[in-house]
Amino acid sequence: MSAPLADPKTARAHARAQGNTRIETMPILPPVADDLPAGVDPGDLVWEETVAPGGYTSRRLARGTRLRLIDKAGDACASLNIFNADMPTERLNVADTVKVQWNAYLGAGKLLLSDMGRVLMSILEDGAGTHDTFCGVSNAAVNTRKYAEGRNSGAYPNGRDRLILGAAKHGLTRRDVHPCVTLFKGTTIAADGSITPVIGPFAPGRAVLLRAEMDVIVVIANCPHVLDPRPAYHSAPLRLTAWRGPMTPEDDPVRGATPEALRAYLNTEDYYRR
Amino acid sequence: MTSDPALSGLTGTIRHDEIVPARAPWLHHVGAGEVLRIVDLEGNQAVDFLIYAAADDAERYSAQDTVAAQGNLFLRAGAVLLSNEGNPLMTIVASAVDYHDTIGGACSCESNTLRYGHHTRHQHACVDNFLEANLIQGRGKRDIVSNINFFMNVPVEEDGTLGIVDGISAPGLTVDLRAEMDVIVVVSNCPQINNPCNGFNPTPVRMIVAVA
Repeated sequence: MSAPLADPKTARAHARAQGNTRIETMPILPPVADDLPAGVDPGDLVWEETVAPGGYTSRRLARGTRLRLIDKAGDACASLNIFNADMPTERLNVADTVKVQWNAYLGAGKLLLSDMGRVLMSILEDGAGTHDTFCGVSNAAVNTRKYAEGRNSGAYPNGRDRLILGAAKHGLTRRDVHPCVTLFKGTTIAADGSITPVIGPFAPGRAVLLRAEMDVIVVIANCPHVLDPRPAYHSAPLRLTAWRGPMTPEDDPVRGATPEALRAYLNTEDYYRR
Repeated sequence: MTSDPALSGLTGTIRHDEIVPARAPWLHHVGAGEVLRIVDLEGNQAVDFLIYAAADDAERYSAQDTVAAQGNLFLRAGAVLLSNEGNPLMTIVASAVDYHDTIGGACSCESNTLRYGHHTRHQHACVDNFLEANLIQGRGKRDIVSNINFFMNVPVEEDGTLGIVDGISAPGLTVDLRAEMDVIVVVSNCPQINNPCNGFNPTPVRMIVAVA
Protein backbone atom coordinates (compact mmCIF):
# COMPACT_ATOMS: atom_id res chain seq x y z
CA MET A 1 0.00 0.00 0.00
CA SER A 2 1.63 3.31 -1.00
CA ALA A 3 1.56 6.48 1.01
CA PRO A 4 -0.73 9.28 -0.25
CA LEU A 5 0.67 10.95 -3.41
CA ALA A 6 -0.81 14.37 -2.91
CA ASP A 7 1.79 16.40 -4.79
CA PRO A 8 3.82 15.92 -7.98
CA LYS A 9 7.20 15.65 -6.22
CA THR A 10 5.92 12.86 -4.02
CA ALA A 11 4.40 11.17 -7.04
CA ARG A 12 7.71 11.53 -8.86
CA ALA A 13 9.58 9.91 -5.98
CA HIS A 14 7.09 7.09 -5.99
CA ALA A 15 7.57 6.50 -9.69
CA ARG A 16 11.36 6.66 -9.52
CA ALA A 17 11.47 4.21 -6.64
CA GLN A 18 10.24 1.55 -9.03
CA GLY A 19 13.04 2.01 -11.56
CA ASN A 20 15.26 -0.86 -10.45
CA THR A 21 12.57 -3.49 -10.79
CA ARG A 22 13.80 -6.55 -12.67
CA ILE A 23 11.45 -9.27 -13.91
CA GLU A 24 11.86 -12.11 -16.36
CA THR A 25 9.72 -10.60 -19.09
CA MET A 26 11.31 -7.28 -20.04
CA PRO A 27 13.84 -5.81 -22.47
CA ILE A 28 17.37 -5.34 -21.09
CA LEU A 29 18.90 -1.98 -21.97
CA PRO A 30 21.70 -1.99 -22.89
CA PRO A 31 21.44 -5.65 -23.93
CA VAL A 32 23.46 -8.23 -22.04
CA ALA A 33 23.59 -11.97 -22.66
CA ASP A 34 25.92 -14.53 -21.09
CA ASP A 35 25.13 -17.25 -23.58
CA LEU A 36 26.08 -15.79 -26.94
CA PRO A 37 27.43 -18.35 -29.40
CA ALA A 38 31.19 -18.74 -29.61
CA GLY A 39 32.70 -16.14 -31.90
CA VAL A 40 30.00 -13.52 -31.34
CA ASP A 41 31.44 -10.28 -29.94
CA PRO A 42 29.32 -9.01 -27.02
CA GLY A 43 29.70 -5.58 -28.59
CA ASP A 44 27.57 -6.79 -31.49
CA LEU A 45 24.60 -7.62 -29.30
CA VAL A 46 21.67 -5.35 -30.31
CA TRP A 47 18.59 -6.82 -28.62
CA GLU A 48 17.85 -8.84 -25.50
CA GLU A 49 14.18 -9.08 -24.55
CA THR A 50 11.87 -11.73 -23.08
CA VAL A 51 8.28 -11.41 -24.26
CA ALA A 52 5.58 -12.08 -21.68
CA PRO A 53 3.04 -14.87 -22.07
CA GLY A 54 0.27 -13.48 -24.26
CA GLY A 55 2.51 -10.54 -25.16
CA TYR A 56 4.07 -9.10 -28.32
CA THR A 57 7.02 -7.11 -29.53
CA SER A 58 8.32 -5.58 -32.74
CA ARG A 59 11.65 -4.28 -33.91
CA ARG A 60 13.58 -3.19 -36.97
CA LEU A 61 16.57 -5.45 -37.68
CA ALA A 62 19.41 -4.67 -40.07
CA ARG A 63 20.42 -6.99 -42.85
CA GLY A 64 22.81 -9.63 -41.50
CA THR A 65 21.37 -9.59 -37.97
CA ARG A 66 20.98 -12.97 -36.30
CA LEU A 67 17.80 -13.37 -34.23
CA ARG A 68 17.71 -16.22 -31.72
CA LEU A 69 14.31 -17.17 -30.31
CA ILE A 70 14.22 -19.38 -27.22
CA ASP A 71 11.13 -21.18 -25.90
CA LYS A 72 12.26 -20.79 -22.31
CA ALA A 73 9.72 -23.01 -20.54
CA GLY A 74 8.52 -25.14 -23.46
CA ASP A 75 5.16 -23.45 -24.01
CA ALA A 76 5.87 -20.35 -26.08
CA CYS A 77 4.21 -19.80 -29.46
CA ALA A 78 6.01 -17.24 -31.63
CA SER A 79 3.86 -16.00 -34.53
CA LEU A 80 5.79 -13.82 -36.95
CA ASN A 81 4.92 -11.06 -39.35
CA ILE A 82 7.96 -9.80 -41.29
CA PHE A 83 8.18 -6.64 -43.42
CA ASN A 84 10.77 -5.03 -45.69
CA ALA A 85 11.66 -2.19 -43.33
CA ASP A 86 12.08 0.29 -46.18
CA MET A 87 8.93 -0.67 -48.09
CA PRO A 88 6.53 -2.53 -45.82
CA THR A 89 4.05 -3.26 -48.60
CA GLU A 90 6.60 -6.02 -49.23
CA ARG A 91 6.10 -8.61 -46.55
CA LEU A 92 6.22 -12.31 -45.70
CA ASN A 93 4.27 -14.47 -48.14
CA VAL A 94 3.49 -17.86 -46.65
CA ALA A 95 2.12 -19.36 -49.87
CA ASP A 96 5.28 -18.45 -51.79
CA THR A 97 7.42 -19.70 -48.89
CA VAL A 98 6.00 -23.23 -49.03
CA LYS A 99 5.39 -23.35 -52.78
CA VAL A 100 8.80 -22.09 -53.92
CA GLN A 101 10.57 -24.45 -51.51
CA TRP A 102 8.28 -27.36 -52.46
CA ASN A 103 7.67 -28.19 -48.80
CA ALA A 104 5.08 -27.55 -46.11
CA TYR A 105 7.46 -27.57 -43.16
CA LEU A 106 10.02 -25.07 -41.90
CA GLY A 107 13.40 -26.08 -40.52
CA ALA A 108 17.11 -25.38 -40.73
CA GLY A 109 18.05 -24.19 -44.19
CA LYS A 110 14.57 -22.96 -45.11
CA LEU A 111 13.85 -19.40 -46.22
CA LEU A 112 11.11 -16.97 -45.21
CA LEU A 113 10.23 -15.39 -48.55
CA SER A 114 8.60 -12.07 -49.33
CA ASP A 115 5.89 -11.47 -51.90
CA MET A 116 8.49 -9.86 -54.14
CA GLY A 117 10.64 -12.94 -54.73
CA ARG A 118 13.20 -12.01 -52.10
CA VAL A 119 14.47 -13.58 -48.86
CA LEU A 120 13.43 -11.71 -45.74
CA MET A 121 15.04 -14.12 -43.28
CA SER A 122 16.64 -17.56 -43.34
CA ILE A 123 16.52 -20.30 -40.72
CA LEU A 124 20.08 -21.17 -39.74
CA GLU A 125 19.40 -23.50 -36.84
CA ASP A 126 16.31 -25.28 -35.57
CA GLY A 127 16.31 -26.96 -32.17
CA ALA A 128 12.53 -27.32 -32.06
CA GLY A 129 11.27 -28.99 -35.24
CA THR A 130 7.68 -28.01 -34.47
CA HIS A 131 6.49 -25.07 -36.55
CA ASP A 132 3.31 -24.12 -38.39
CA THR A 133 2.76 -22.41 -41.74
CA PHE A 134 -0.95 -23.24 -42.04
CA CYS A 135 -3.10 -22.22 -39.08
CA GLY A 136 -2.16 -18.63 -38.43
CA VAL A 137 -3.03 -16.90 -35.18
CA SER A 138 -6.01 -16.78 -32.90
CA ASN A 139 -8.38 -13.81 -33.08
CA ALA A 140 -10.89 -12.27 -30.69
CA ALA A 141 -13.70 -14.55 -31.88
CA VAL A 142 -11.64 -17.71 -31.36
CA ASN A 143 -10.43 -16.68 -27.89
CA THR A 144 -13.90 -15.63 -26.79
CA ARG A 145 -15.12 -19.07 -27.76
CA LYS A 146 -12.25 -20.85 -25.97
CA TYR A 147 -11.58 -18.69 -22.93
CA ALA A 148 -14.77 -16.56 -22.61
CA GLU A 149 -12.93 -13.43 -23.77
CA GLY A 150 -9.94 -12.43 -25.87
CA ARG A 151 -9.43 -8.69 -25.50
CA ASN A 152 -5.98 -7.07 -25.62
CA SER A 153 -6.91 -5.57 -22.26
CA GLY A 154 -7.91 -8.88 -20.69
CA ALA A 155 -6.22 -12.02 -19.43
CA TYR A 156 -6.50 -14.00 -22.68
CA PRO A 157 -5.14 -11.83 -25.51
CA ASN A 158 -5.34 -13.18 -29.05
CA GLY A 159 -2.57 -13.32 -31.65
CA ARG A 160 -4.19 -11.21 -34.35
CA ASP A 161 -4.81 -8.24 -32.06
CA ARG A 162 -1.22 -8.53 -30.80
CA LEU A 163 0.15 -8.52 -34.34
CA ILE A 164 -1.96 -5.45 -35.13
CA LEU A 165 -0.49 -3.60 -32.13
CA GLY A 166 3.05 -4.63 -32.98
CA ALA A 167 2.60 -3.45 -36.57
CA ALA A 168 0.98 -0.20 -35.44
CA LYS A 169 4.09 0.70 -33.44
CA HIS A 170 5.82 0.96 -36.82
CA GLY A 171 3.09 2.98 -38.49
CA LEU A 172 1.37 -0.01 -40.08
CA THR A 173 -2.34 -0.88 -39.95
CA ARG A 174 -4.85 -3.74 -39.99
CA ARG A 175 -4.28 -4.18 -43.72
CA ASP A 176 -0.61 -4.82 -43.11
CA VAL A 177 -1.14 -7.80 -40.82
CA HIS A 178 -0.69 -10.83 -43.03
CA PRO A 179 -0.75 -14.63 -42.87
CA CYS A 180 1.97 -15.57 -40.37
CA VAL A 181 4.40 -18.35 -39.67
CA THR A 182 4.49 -19.75 -36.14
CA LEU A 183 7.58 -21.15 -34.46
CA PHE A 184 7.62 -23.62 -31.54
CA LYS A 185 4.06 -24.91 -32.09
CA GLY A 186 3.56 -27.14 -35.11
CA THR A 187 1.06 -28.79 -37.38
CA THR A 188 1.38 -31.91 -39.49
CA ILE A 189 -0.70 -32.60 -42.59
CA ALA A 190 -2.10 -36.00 -43.58
CA ALA A 191 -2.69 -37.13 -47.15
CA ASP A 192 -6.39 -36.27 -46.90
CA GLY A 193 -5.47 -32.73 -45.84
CA SER A 194 -6.36 -33.15 -42.18
CA ILE A 195 -4.34 -30.99 -39.80
CA THR A 196 -2.88 -32.35 -36.56
CA PRO A 197 -1.63 -29.76 -34.07
CA VAL A 198 1.67 -30.44 -32.29
CA ILE A 199 1.35 -28.31 -29.17
CA GLY A 200 3.51 -30.04 -26.55
CA PRO A 201 4.33 -28.55 -24.13
CA PHE A 202 7.95 -29.32 -24.83
CA ALA A 203 11.25 -29.47 -23.01
CA PRO A 204 12.43 -26.02 -21.92
CA GLY A 205 15.06 -24.08 -23.84
CA ARG A 206 14.46 -25.01 -27.51
CA ALA A 207 16.05 -22.40 -29.77
CA VAL A 208 15.64 -21.28 -33.38
CA LEU A 209 18.21 -19.05 -35.09
CA LEU A 210 17.10 -16.72 -37.90
CA ARG A 211 19.28 -14.51 -40.12
CA ALA A 212 17.92 -11.27 -41.57
CA GLU A 213 18.66 -11.18 -45.31
CA MET A 214 17.12 -7.71 -45.72
CA ASP A 215 16.49 -4.77 -43.42
CA VAL A 216 13.28 -6.00 -41.82
CA ILE A 217 10.63 -5.18 -39.27
CA VAL A 218 9.67 -8.26 -37.29
CA VAL A 219 6.44 -8.35 -35.30
CA ILE A 220 6.14 -11.27 -32.88
CA ALA A 221 3.04 -12.33 -30.97
CA ASN A 222 3.28 -14.92 -28.17
CA CYS A 223 -0.26 -16.23 -27.72
CA PRO A 224 -1.62 -19.79 -27.50
CA HIS A 225 -1.91 -21.56 -30.83
CA VAL A 226 -5.37 -21.47 -32.34
CA LEU A 227 -5.55 -25.30 -32.21
CA ASP A 228 -4.19 -25.65 -28.66
CA PRO A 229 -6.52 -28.33 -27.26
CA ARG A 230 -6.17 -27.37 -23.59
CA PRO A 231 -9.20 -25.62 -22.08
CA ALA A 232 -7.03 -23.17 -20.13
CA TYR A 233 -4.93 -20.36 -21.65
CA HIS A 234 -1.35 -21.63 -21.70
CA SER A 235 1.51 -19.38 -22.71
CA ALA A 236 5.08 -18.96 -21.51
CA PRO A 237 7.97 -16.49 -21.86
CA LEU A 238 9.67 -16.13 -25.24
CA ARG A 239 13.29 -14.95 -25.16
CA LEU A 240 14.72 -12.92 -28.03
CA THR A 241 18.42 -12.19 -28.53
CA ALA A 242 19.81 -10.52 -31.64
CA TRP A 243 23.34 -9.64 -32.71
CA ARG A 244 24.92 -8.07 -35.77
CA GLY A 245 26.44 -10.41 -38.29
CA PRO A 246 28.03 -10.43 -41.74
CA MET A 247 25.92 -10.41 -44.86
CA THR A 248 25.46 -13.75 -46.54
CA PRO A 249 28.42 -14.57 -48.78
CA GLU A 250 28.19 -16.14 -52.23
CA ASP A 251 29.34 -19.52 -50.99
CA ASP A 252 26.88 -19.70 -48.10
CA PRO A 253 25.35 -23.19 -47.94
CA VAL A 254 21.78 -21.96 -47.42
CA ARG A 255 22.11 -19.57 -50.35
CA GLY A 256 23.14 -22.27 -52.76
CA ALA A 257 21.13 -25.18 -51.41
CA THR A 258 18.56 -25.22 -54.24
CA PRO A 259 18.08 -23.41 -57.56
CA GLU A 260 15.06 -21.60 -56.11
CA ALA A 261 17.02 -20.43 -53.07
CA LEU A 262 19.84 -19.18 -55.25
CA ARG A 263 17.46 -17.10 -57.39
CA ALA A 264 15.84 -15.70 -54.25
CA TYR A 265 19.24 -14.54 -53.03
CA LEU A 266 20.07 -13.14 -56.48
CA ASN A 267 16.82 -11.14 -56.34
CA THR A 268 17.64 -9.92 -52.81
CA GLU A 269 21.18 -8.92 -53.72
CA ASP A 270 19.85 -7.20 -56.82
CA TYR A 271 17.46 -5.14 -54.67
CA TYR A 272 20.40 -3.79 -52.71
CA ARG A 273 22.52 -3.14 -55.80
CA ARG A 274 22.58 0.64 -55.92
CA MET B 1 -37.08 -23.82 -67.92
CA THR B 2 -33.69 -23.60 -69.47
CA SER B 3 -31.78 -26.45 -71.01
CA ASP B 4 -28.37 -24.91 -70.26
CA PRO B 5 -26.59 -27.56 -68.18
CA ALA B 6 -24.42 -24.88 -66.55
CA LEU B 7 -27.51 -23.57 -64.77
CA SER B 8 -28.65 -26.96 -63.56
CA GLY B 9 -29.43 -26.97 -59.87
CA LEU B 10 -29.27 -23.19 -59.42
CA THR B 11 -32.46 -21.85 -57.85
CA GLY B 12 -33.82 -18.33 -58.07
CA THR B 13 -33.27 -15.62 -60.63
CA ILE B 14 -30.04 -15.38 -62.60
CA ARG B 15 -28.96 -11.76 -62.17
CA HIS B 16 -25.50 -12.02 -63.69
CA ASP B 17 -23.93 -14.36 -66.23
CA GLU B 18 -20.52 -13.51 -67.67
CA ILE B 19 -17.60 -15.21 -69.36
CA VAL B 20 -14.25 -14.20 -67.88
CA PRO B 21 -11.65 -14.38 -70.63
CA ALA B 22 -8.56 -16.52 -70.18
CA ARG B 23 -5.82 -14.81 -68.11
CA ALA B 24 -8.10 -11.95 -67.00
CA PRO B 25 -9.11 -10.46 -63.65
CA TRP B 26 -12.72 -10.18 -62.45
CA LEU B 27 -14.36 -8.24 -59.61
CA HIS B 28 -17.97 -8.51 -58.53
CA HIS B 29 -20.16 -7.64 -55.57
CA VAL B 30 -22.17 -10.59 -54.28
CA GLY B 31 -24.96 -9.81 -51.83
CA ALA B 32 -25.71 -11.81 -48.70
CA GLY B 33 -27.71 -14.89 -49.64
CA GLU B 34 -26.79 -14.78 -53.33
CA VAL B 35 -25.04 -17.76 -54.91
CA LEU B 36 -22.02 -17.41 -57.19
CA ARG B 37 -21.40 -20.37 -59.49
CA ILE B 38 -18.02 -20.74 -61.17
CA VAL B 39 -18.05 -22.96 -64.26
CA ASP B 40 -14.74 -24.58 -65.28
CA LEU B 41 -15.69 -24.42 -68.94
CA GLU B 42 -12.82 -26.35 -70.51
CA GLY B 43 -11.59 -28.23 -67.45
CA ASN B 44 -8.69 -27.74 -65.03
CA GLN B 45 -8.57 -23.97 -65.12
CA ALA B 46 -7.23 -22.55 -61.84
CA VAL B 47 -9.43 -19.72 -60.57
CA ASP B 48 -7.56 -17.67 -57.96
CA PHE B 49 -10.10 -16.18 -55.56
CA LEU B 50 -10.11 -13.49 -52.87
CA ILE B 51 -13.05 -12.20 -50.83
CA TYR B 52 -13.45 -8.85 -49.03
CA ALA B 53 -16.23 -7.80 -46.66
CA ALA B 54 -18.10 -5.06 -48.53
CA ALA B 55 -18.67 -3.05 -45.36
CA ASP B 56 -14.98 -3.03 -44.34
CA ASP B 57 -12.51 -4.37 -46.84
CA ALA B 58 -9.73 -4.64 -44.24
CA GLU B 59 -11.74 -7.73 -43.31
CA ARG B 60 -10.96 -10.34 -45.94
CA TYR B 61 -10.71 -14.05 -46.64
CA SER B 62 -8.24 -15.77 -44.35
CA ALA B 63 -6.87 -19.10 -45.51
CA GLN B 64 -5.34 -19.65 -42.08
CA ASP B 65 -8.56 -19.01 -40.13
CA THR B 66 -10.49 -21.19 -42.61
CA VAL B 67 -8.25 -24.27 -42.53
CA ALA B 68 -7.68 -24.07 -38.77
CA ALA B 69 -11.42 -23.95 -38.10
CA GLN B 70 -12.17 -26.93 -40.33
CA GLY B 71 -9.03 -28.86 -39.41
CA ASN B 72 -8.25 -29.57 -43.06
CA LEU B 73 -6.32 -27.95 -45.90
CA PHE B 74 -8.79 -28.85 -48.63
CA LEU B 75 -12.02 -27.05 -49.47
CA ARG B 76 -14.92 -29.41 -50.05
CA ALA B 77 -18.68 -28.93 -50.28
CA GLY B 78 -19.83 -27.48 -46.96
CA ALA B 79 -16.63 -25.54 -46.28
CA VAL B 80 -17.09 -22.14 -44.66
CA LEU B 81 -14.74 -19.46 -45.96
CA LEU B 82 -13.80 -17.37 -42.92
CA SER B 83 -12.42 -13.85 -42.68
CA ASN B 84 -9.38 -12.69 -40.72
CA GLU B 85 -11.83 -11.67 -37.98
CA GLY B 86 -13.29 -15.18 -37.85
CA ASN B 87 -16.59 -14.31 -39.59
CA PRO B 88 -18.14 -16.41 -42.39
CA LEU B 89 -17.80 -14.66 -45.75
CA MET B 90 -19.09 -17.40 -48.05
CA THR B 91 -20.01 -21.08 -47.89
CA ILE B 92 -19.26 -23.68 -50.54
CA VAL B 93 -22.79 -25.02 -50.93
CA ALA B 94 -21.98 -27.39 -53.77
CA SER B 95 -18.92 -28.60 -55.62
CA ALA B 96 -18.79 -31.01 -58.53
CA VAL B 97 -15.05 -31.28 -57.94
CA ASP B 98 -13.97 -33.25 -54.88
CA TYR B 99 -11.75 -30.54 -53.39
CA HIS B 100 -10.07 -27.19 -54.04
CA ASP B 101 -6.76 -25.69 -52.90
CA THR B 102 -5.95 -23.32 -50.03
CA ILE B 103 -2.14 -23.38 -49.93
CA GLY B 104 -0.89 -22.82 -53.49
CA GLY B 105 -1.26 -19.06 -53.44
CA ALA B 106 -1.20 -16.78 -56.45
CA CYS B 107 1.52 -16.79 -59.07
CA SER B 108 3.45 -13.55 -59.47
CA CYS B 109 6.06 -12.19 -61.82
CA GLU B 110 8.39 -12.18 -58.83
CA SER B 111 7.76 -15.70 -57.53
CA ASN B 112 7.88 -17.03 -61.09
CA THR B 113 11.53 -15.96 -61.27
CA LEU B 114 12.21 -18.19 -58.26
CA ARG B 115 10.16 -21.15 -59.42
CA TYR B 116 11.17 -21.25 -63.08
CA GLY B 117 13.87 -18.69 -63.80
CA HIS B 118 14.19 -15.05 -64.72
CA HIS B 119 13.07 -15.69 -68.28
CA THR B 120 9.51 -15.73 -66.89
CA ARG B 121 9.73 -12.24 -65.40
CA HIS B 122 7.54 -10.63 -68.06
CA GLN B 123 4.86 -13.29 -68.28
CA HIS B 124 1.43 -12.28 -67.01
CA ALA B 125 0.61 -13.51 -63.49
CA CYS B 126 -2.21 -13.63 -60.95
CA VAL B 127 -0.85 -11.01 -58.58
CA ASP B 128 -0.90 -8.50 -61.41
CA ASN B 129 -4.57 -9.42 -62.00
CA PHE B 130 -5.37 -9.07 -58.28
CA LEU B 131 -3.64 -5.68 -58.20
CA GLU B 132 -5.42 -4.44 -61.30
CA ALA B 133 -8.85 -5.36 -59.94
CA ASN B 134 -8.15 -4.15 -56.42
CA LEU B 135 -6.60 -0.84 -57.42
CA ILE B 136 -9.85 0.21 -59.10
CA GLN B 137 -11.48 0.13 -55.65
CA GLY B 138 -8.57 1.68 -53.75
CA ARG B 139 -7.04 -1.51 -52.43
CA GLY B 140 -3.43 -2.44 -53.15
CA LYS B 141 -0.57 -4.72 -52.21
CA ARG B 142 -1.48 -4.75 -48.54
CA ASP B 143 -4.80 -6.30 -49.45
CA ILE B 144 -3.41 -9.32 -51.25
CA VAL B 145 -3.38 -12.28 -48.89
CA SER B 146 -3.39 -16.06 -49.28
CA ASN B 147 -6.08 -16.91 -51.84
CA ILE B 148 -8.26 -19.88 -52.77
CA ASN B 149 -7.49 -21.75 -56.00
CA PHE B 150 -10.66 -23.34 -57.30
CA PHE B 151 -10.10 -26.35 -59.58
CA MET B 152 -6.43 -26.62 -58.54
CA ASN B 153 -4.75 -29.64 -56.94
CA VAL B 154 -1.86 -29.30 -54.44
CA PRO B 155 -1.30 -32.50 -52.47
CA VAL B 156 1.01 -32.68 -49.43
CA GLU B 157 3.13 -35.79 -48.92
CA GLU B 158 4.20 -37.25 -45.62
CA ASP B 159 7.62 -35.59 -45.70
CA GLY B 160 5.92 -32.28 -46.46
CA THR B 161 6.71 -32.23 -50.16
CA LEU B 162 4.00 -30.28 -51.92
CA GLY B 163 3.41 -28.90 -55.38
CA ILE B 164 0.87 -28.14 -58.06
CA VAL B 165 0.04 -31.33 -59.95
CA ASP B 166 -2.46 -32.28 -62.65
CA GLY B 167 -5.93 -31.05 -61.75
CA ILE B 168 -8.90 -33.27 -60.89
CA SER B 169 -11.52 -31.11 -62.59
CA ALA B 170 -13.10 -31.59 -66.03
CA PRO B 171 -14.99 -29.53 -68.64
CA GLY B 172 -18.23 -28.09 -67.30
CA LEU B 173 -17.65 -28.82 -63.61
CA THR B 174 -18.84 -26.20 -61.16
CA VAL B 175 -18.51 -24.85 -57.63
CA ASP B 176 -21.29 -22.87 -55.93
CA LEU B 177 -20.58 -20.26 -53.24
CA ARG B 178 -23.28 -18.62 -51.11
CA ALA B 179 -22.41 -15.20 -49.69
CA GLU B 180 -22.97 -15.07 -45.89
CA MET B 181 -22.56 -11.28 -45.87
CA ASP B 182 -22.26 -8.66 -48.59
CA VAL B 183 -18.89 -9.38 -50.18
CA ILE B 184 -16.57 -8.23 -52.94
CA VAL B 185 -15.11 -11.12 -54.90
CA VAL B 186 -11.80 -10.57 -56.72
CA VAL B 187 -10.67 -13.23 -59.15
CA SER B 188 -7.65 -13.94 -61.28
CA ASN B 189 -8.33 -16.40 -64.09
CA CYS B 190 -4.84 -17.79 -63.78
CA PRO B 191 -2.51 -17.22 -66.74
CA GLN B 192 0.26 -19.57 -65.53
CA ILE B 193 1.82 -21.71 -68.26
CA ASN B 194 4.84 -23.17 -66.44
CA ASN B 195 3.06 -25.77 -64.32
CA PRO B 196 -0.08 -27.93 -64.71
CA CYS B 197 -2.50 -25.64 -62.84
CA ASN B 198 -4.24 -24.70 -66.09
CA GLY B 199 -3.28 -27.81 -68.02
CA PHE B 200 -0.66 -25.57 -69.69
CA ASN B 201 -3.51 -23.84 -71.48
CA PRO B 202 -5.32 -20.95 -69.72
CA THR B 203 -9.03 -20.96 -70.67
CA PRO B 204 -12.14 -18.86 -69.96
CA VAL B 205 -14.48 -19.49 -67.05
CA ARG B 206 -18.13 -18.54 -66.57
CA MET B 207 -19.46 -16.62 -63.56
CA ILE B 208 -23.17 -16.90 -62.75
CA VAL B 209 -24.89 -15.15 -59.84
CA ALA B 210 -28.30 -16.35 -58.67
CA VAL B 211 -30.65 -14.54 -56.32
CA ALA B 212 -33.02 -16.66 -54.26
